[in-house]
Amino acid sequence: MANYLLKRILMLIPLMFGITLITFTVIHLAPGEPVEMQMAMNPKVGKEARERLRKFYGLDKPLAEQYFSWVGRLTRFDMGRSFSSDSRPVKDKIKERLPITLSLNIIALVLEFGLAIPIGILAATHRDTWLDKGITIFVFLGFAVPTFWLALLLMYFFGVKLNWLPISGLHTLGSENYGTLRYLWDLAKHLIMPITVASFGSLAGMSRYMRSSMLNVIGQDYITTARAKGLPERVVIYKHALRNALLPLITLFGFSIPALIGGSVIFESIYSIPGMGQLFYQSVMSRDYPVVMGILIIGALLTLIGNLIADVSYALADPRIRHGGAR
Amino acid sequence: MIAPHSYLRAVFWPRLMSNRFAVAGGAVVLFMFIIAVTAPLLVPFSPNEINAWEVLNPPTLKHWFGTDDLGRDVLSRVIYGARISLLVGFIAAGIAVLIGTFVGLVAGFYGGWLDSILMRVVDIMFCFPAFFLILAVITFLRPSIWYIMIVIGLTGWMGVARMVRAETLSIREMDYIMAARCIGCSDKRIIFRHILPNAVSPALVAATLGIAGAILTESALSFLGIGVQPPTPSWGNILTSGKDYIEFAWWLSLFPGLAILITVLAYNLLGEGIRDALDPRVKL
Repeated sequence: MANYLLKRILMLIPLMFGITLITFTVIHLAPGEPVEMQMAMNPKVGKEARERLRKFYGLDKPLAEQYFSWVGRLTRFDMGRSFSSDSRPVKDKIKERLPITLSLNIIALVLEFGLAIPIGILAATHRDTWLDKGITIFVFLGFAVPTFWLALLLMYFFGVKLNWLPISGLHTLGSENYGTLRYLWDLAKHLIMPITVASFGSLAGMSRYMRSSMLNVIGQDYITTARAKGLPERVVIYKHALRNALLPLITLFGFSIPALIGGSVIFESIYSIPGMGQLFYQSVMSRDYPVVMGILIIGALLTLIGNLIADVSYALADPRIRHGGAR
Repeated sequence: MIAPHSYLRAVFWPRLMSNRFAVAGGAVVLFMFIIAVTAPLLVPFSPNEINAWEVLNPPTLKHWFGTDDLGRDVLSRVIYGARISLLVGFIAAGIAVLIGTFVGLVAGFYGGWLDSILMRVVDIMFCFPAFFLILAVITFLRPSIWYIMIVIGLTGWMGVARMVRAETLSIREMDYIMAARCIGCSDKRIIFRHILPNAVSPALVAATLGIAGAILTESALSFLGIGVQPPTPSWGNILTSGKDYIEFAWWLSLFPGLAILITVLAYNLLGEGIRDALDPRVKL
């Protein structure tokens, strides 16, 4: 296992290298120097600040040198300072936003798995019945609904029409003075719509995946054997089939992370949630290059970590991988 | 191998037509295509005709989908929006499929270090939240429909590459490839004449599903104000004003959203139908 883990972690190095290379390229696609852009956007920045920025980014040096010094700073978690008027370190800006986005997405993930697994099992065990067909229709609708539109509709019905749920932010103004319970209830009410939107998109795909994985397992010989020796169907499905059907879902966990993080731009800006997605959107719009670079890197790193967790859990669950059969 | 034409007529087509969902999807796809092409003949009003006396009117017999904040006819704007969505969908998915197929063929056929490098590039591209990358690149370059198509294409080819590569890997070992090699076919000829036609089915499915994905991405970008710029109507940017007036004008949000939903649904149904029809293991 230690061997596998080491190999897996070593594989991350070229990936990280590629990630920084692409991020660097994206930023340098922009016409004109980032510093010039910053000057145009914000006339208040003086000549002194301009020189400081030029020096910090080493913009007078060749591209390759710029890249390596940037990567060098990155390894020390130095991402520079934001271009916005507060000019705070990018690291601090991301640090205060990241937990919000992360916890929202983790709740959404748990919800997704919690719903997708039973939905997938139901569809697979009731194959070709009206239940399966109903679930299939729901899945296709789920694939096709634009998340921002769903967010708008929810906002209209539950926020505006029925006035049940707050439509923006995480807290009601003045909620700091609430008691603990009331404070949490207030937070929960603010979270219902964003989390619904965040998890809806992938729920469809995941339950579809669970269904086909379950069908695949049910078709195997050892399931027929289990049935033949007279085990009740409940035991066959939940004890023998389910465990094996869950395995491929672990891989899906790794895959769903970039989609979740990418989706956070949409629901965070619609519901005015002060998370990383909203920060990214604002930074892109105001061409705050250091923050954009920082978030691109962090987003990709989170995906790498997610994939690593997925692969390691897969190896823990499946001895064939751990002992280096496949791969 | 069965000759392609008789295969299409004898196997693929009947299988596809026997799938009711796929046929419905195909019909909607065709319908939307006709609407997009004939838009100027269909619209009751000019999509950019401003009318200060009919601002934010609910749906009536005159304006079936109501009017927007500048008094423009929402139905006409949704019809014109179909042009943008389909254009973006087709070209973006086309770019993604072309790149993905090429990379997959080359990686699968040559193997070795070339394969390793290309597949690492795929892994790296998969790490980025695609929407972040698209958002940043398009904003930095300047929002324009051409950049949108190119960037969506450039961030969406990796899945196709993996599928085509897997297909190529198995085809490469077939006897008829060996035969082609023996009679002295060049690599280029083997790849494009012998492997490509047999590896093309996953690409076809990916193209159909990719159109759906690209339409969704474009509408999200336009909704955020980074995609198609007003006054050119797109389903996404109509929804932007839908958001601003959500408290008094539900029709501004409902109809363009439904247009996206129905179109994307149709492409997905058609794509899945094509996949099932091409897959001999699936019983229909």
